[in-house]
Amino acid sequence: MKHLARGVFWVAAMMVAGAGVVEAQQKTLDTVKARGQLVCGVNVGLAGFSAADDKGVWSGLDVAYCKAIAAAVLGDAGKVRYVATTTKERFTALQSRELDVLARNTTWTLQRDSQQGLAFVGVNYYDGQGFIVKKSAGVKTGKELSGATVCVQTGTTTELNLADFFRSNNLQYKTLVFDKADEALKAYQADRCDSYTTDASGLYSVRLQMAKPDEHMVLPDVISKEPLGPVVRQDDFQWFTIVKWVHFALINAEEAGVTQANVDQMLTSTVPDIKRLLGKEGDFGKGIGLDNEWAYRMIKQVGNYAEVFERNVGAGSRIKIDRGLNKLWSKGGIQYAPPIR
Amino acid sequence: MTTTSRGSFEDGTASRSPLYRPEVRQVIYQVLLLLALGYLVYWVVNNVADNLRRQNIASGFDFLNRTSGFDVSQTLIPYSNTSTYGRAFWVGLLNTLLVAGLGIVFATVLGFVIGIARLSSNWLVARLAGAYVEIVRNLPLLLQLFFWYFAVLKTLPSPRQSYVLPGGAFFNVRGLYLPMPVPEMGFSRVAAAFWAALILSIGIGWWARRRQRVTGQRFRVLRTVLVLVVGMPLFAYFTSGQPLSWSYPELRGFNFQGGIVVLPELLALLFGLSFYTASFIAEIVRAGILGVPKGQTEAAQALGLTNRQSLRLVIVPQAARIIIPPLTSQYLNLTKNSSLAVAIGYPDFVNVFTGTVLNQTGQAIEVILVTMAVFLLLSLLTSIFMNWFNRRMALVER
Repeated sequence: MKHLARGVFWVAAMMVAGAGVVEAQQKTLDTVKARGQLVCGVNVGLAGFSAADDKGVWSGLDVAYCKAIAAAVLGDAGKVRYVATTTKERFTALQSRELDVLARNTTWTLQRDSQQGLAFVGVNYYDGQGFIVKKSAGVKTGKELSGATVCVQTGTTTELNLADFFRSNNLQYKTLVFDKADEALKAYQADRCDSYTTDASGLYSVRLQMAKPDEHMVLPDVISKEPLGPVVRQDDFQWFTIVKWVHFALINAEEAGVTQANVDQMLTSTVPDIKRLLGKEGDFGKGIGLDNEWAYRMIKQVGNYAEVFERNVGAGSRIKIDRGLNKLWSKGGIQYAPPIR
Repeated sequence: MTTTSRGSFEDGTASRSPLYRPEVRQVIYQVLLLLALGYLVYWVVNNVADNLRRQNIASGFDFLNRTSGFDVSQTLIPYSNTSTYGRAFWVGLLNTLLVAGLGIVFATVLGFVIGIARLSSNWLVARLAGAYVEIVRNLPLLLQLFFWYFAVLKTLPSPRQSYVLPGGAFFNVRGLYLPMPVPEMGFSRVAAAFWAALILSIGIGWWARRRQRVTGQRFRVLRTVLVLVVGMPLFAYFTSGQPLSWSYPELRGFNFQGGIVVLPELLALLFGLSFYTASFIAEIVRAGILGVPKGQTEAAQALGLTNRQSLRLVIVPQAARIIIPPLTSQYLNLTKNSSLAVAIGYPDFVNVFTGTVLNQTGQAIEVILVTMAVFLLLSLLTSIFMNWFNRRMALVER
């Protein structure tokens, strides 16, 4: 009888434990605070957006967003654990709570918003898909690519845009799909493909990595809209709001002229916008579950949007991408953030 | 429960309750275990469905009927980016079957040759075969695939400087371009002749075996069958006015157009898988042959059988009994290893379905479940076939 009783006990215990797991769903903010670290999903390696150097130190535009969130939430931009994800793994990792946020040059689409339980907080880089070809091929525009073989990475909107572009222009083509961008690029360099396609920002970045960048050119065609931005899960509205406003605050800081260098002097500013941004007026930080110095810490440790952009992909970087669409709305671009008030 | 637990456990014999009978207890334990297991499965499924619902992630298999919107570089059935995800599933599956099927054939042939070469009395041949086995089976397969793909790809010329092969074929970095036969009106007669010859051959084989059993006379089956299977379609071909034309590959724009293309990805994967698996098969074959006692060879020779006859009638049938079971595992391995295709861009099942389809739909659980089911089914089918073959080859004890 002892055996029987023990068996019944274990089955019952299992049922109770099972029921317990279903119920236990913590808020992301509490989880991050308790852990003392933000887990941020980033690209395996895309110069300018997220790449680790030989010492394992991460940098890039997306990485700066991870740091900004950590600074706002935990007070220290260094308290981030970076998880390198491939295009294929990224959403599953986020959905299954392996990540707190995914900042990985990911395109915002309706399908991802509606069927994958994802919530895009905004657009930190307005991009579009392009083609890179060898200059020796003598191609000047995308429409001349008829009959070409194109290398592409799997699991991206790129793959679909590519098919759309050739279908809508009635052009013949062959596609070659690889799991990793590295292998797709190698195949392009081995002349297996006539062209490699990805977001234009990525093309400029990989062109630099090639043995002879001058032998390759990015075609002028931009065949799609690629709004890239950080993503969180749909089931935690508080966390969604926090990450969203980290992004807006970075843009608002640029607009208000608050930089990493002058943020301390700006604390005494009398401009209402700046006072609200830096927590000197109102209780805006507390409203989203943080304290009122959240934006100050962020700007102090990471900088505003312009600084983050120029340092990683703009004039101050090796890639030197023109800001174009990513300029502020007031300066001819479309970067725009709702006001903090 | 309360009544039975009164009987003390220590004195065992006192109670007559059926709960103290070992057979009853066994059943109870098993039922309990089954219930617990059933509950666990129910709980997992329920929990997953619950979580997906709460996170607003779509579930179900409706996506199979939606338009895929992407292209695949090698399709054995008609497919375009306006086809459905369900169609993409079949495209990927057929590509996997193609590479697995060809790989199994090549690996088997190569494995047998090398396995026998290792036993050769020629010192050099035996050592070369030994070196091949030790090198190839001790390097990771993924590395070998990269070698075949990237190292070999880089040495091939661009389309404009293709190697020209006899018969209108070309070989370059984009693949092997072969002329494609295009059947014209009246070709069905040739096909019909072929099938007729095949059926006739089976009849002849059956008749010859019967005659040999009854009268002891032998009949040269192989020669007759060859003449029939080659001759009859050829005869039909010429009498119906050669109803076959060829589409030759031509360089137009970036690439060759027309003809059949064998993708370099397919070649690299095929080479990698075949060479790798062949090294294991070679060892299995060697073990099989060494496993047949030497006395058997001597007995065959004493009976006056020639070397070839003793190999074909005595050694191989006995060695096959040792070889076939482990050979099955190698076939299964090869099929499963073909999923490494994704690394070198061959559009196999894992690349197309578990890669692109999973990503575009985001329905990871469904897609992974289907993938596992497919590989399980492929493996089980292979096993069933090989077990049947094994039973046929097994020693019949009378």
